Amino acid sequence: MVTAPPARGPAPGDIVPGDAVPADTVPADTVPADAVPADTAAYGIAGSTPDPELPMLTVADLGILRDVAVTCDEVVVTITPTYSGCPAMREISADVSRRLARAGFGRVTVRTQLAPAWTSDWITADGRRKLAAAGIAPPSAARPRGGPVPLTLGLGPAVSPACPRCGSALTQRTAQFGATACKSLYRCDACGEPFEAVKPL
Amino acid sequence: MMTEPDNPYDLLGDDHDDGHRWAFGTGFTDPLAGVDTTVPAGLDAAALARYCLALGDDALIYSHRLQQWVTRLPELEEETALANIALDLLGQARMLLARAGGILGRTEDELAFFRPEAEFRNVRLAEHEDRDFAELAGRLLVFSAWRLARFEVLAGAADPVLAAIAAKGVNELAYHRDYAAQWVVRLGDGTALSHARMERGLAAIWPLTSELFRPDPDAAALGPGLGPDFAAVEPGVFDGVIATVLAAAGLDRPPAAPLALVGGRAGRDGVHTEAMGYILAELQSVARAYPDATW
Repeated sequence: MVTAPPARGPAPGDIVPGDAVPADTVPADTVPADAVPADTAAYGIAGSTPDPELPMLTVADLGILRDVAVTCDEVVVTITPTYSGCPAMREISADVSRRLARAGFGRVTVRTQLAPAWTSDWITADGRRKLAAAGIAPPSAARPRGGPVPLTLGLGPAVSPACPRCGSALTQRTAQFGATACKSLYRCDACGEPFEAVKPL
Repeated sequence: MMTEPDNPYDLLGDDHDDGHRWAFGTGFTDPLAGVDTTVPAGLDAAALARYCLALGDDALIYSHRLQQWVTRLPELEEETALANIALDLLGQARMLLARAGGILGRTEDELAFFRPEAEFRNVRLAEHEDRDFAELAGRLLVFSAWRLARFEVLAGAADPVLAAIAAKGVNELAYHRDYAAQWVVRLGDGTALSHARMERGLAAIWPLTSELFRPDPDAAALGPGLGPDFAAVEPGVFDGVIATVLAAAGLDRPPAAPLALVGGRAGRDGVHTEAMGYILAELQSVARAYPDATW
């Protein structure tokens, strides 16, 4: 289930999806055409920035783009970090600024918003499909917020993700932490292949 | 060489106009950029800064200790796990040092790299050097169970920045605590040898646990600003988690006496064990030798 992020900007259902306004079709050094409102155009350009560690996902797919506000001389983009120490955040911020600048937006400021904390539930349905297509199992539902966090002593989650290659539900976790902060490692008992899964957070 | 404008790997080599570099000292963007860092009226700003510094130092020093284990762990899976845990803690440290530094008028780098040992406020548990993997697992269980219990309460703090850092940290610390708890159970409930080594590991770190619950003058000054029932909730939650894990592991809570204070002072007062000097020598050496270096 995908929970819509409480964004102040356009809701996920409203946004120009993926590359509806590809940055490459917007000539450099020009203000976007009047036919597309500047807010929508800027949201589309910022939102279609790829994540450096999960390049099949855009920041909009990932659910970290909180807001894009356009004034007469500035674009203010608000993003939420995924993990506290995620080194991709700085790259994302630089990439978003560069893409908007190339599309003709003069001054770009990228701001951090800490609360509410990002959850993997904000990864969009589109993002989940792209993850699975790339061989990475999308996250299961995150623990509901608030209240004491229950201790887990079992060696794997109650429900393992289905294998993104063969679809089998017979999978087991081989490592709780993976090559990036956001992933765990699994193995499929049916096809024998190892795969990564985005951790529920 | 051909580079693609949207390939993030190609962009890593760009010399950005904003001065970003992959190095300490310069180019790291403020982790609180754009966050409203006004201290709410009625909160003691100096006490809040000291409190955030203490929590930040715990994470910074513990993270460094974990980083020292990387390339020395028994299995590749543990390498990635502990590197990830160290990274989460480093992220928490950066935000907390930035929060403290914003009030104190100092940058996170000045606080991390140019403070003398006596100004570091981490508990002595954070600087302890683990002799083996069992000790590492036991210490991580104690540290993450304590920090998680504390962050759960701090998520309701009156300072919205501290509350947000804590709320985010809770989700990360839950993974750290589960990881450590599962290893303590596996080793405690494993072979006679693994049980004995887990027992020895817990006995080694247990004298450092009572310091975690010493009365904190800054917490007292902030009072209900740190969240409702701050003092009451945390030791009970911690004790409950430890009891559950030790019962599953077939281990007893060690009867160890607390590590003595020095003139009534401990880590929070800047009084550390011998281990701390070696950590800072390593952590700060490059920044002190080449201040403001970029590459």
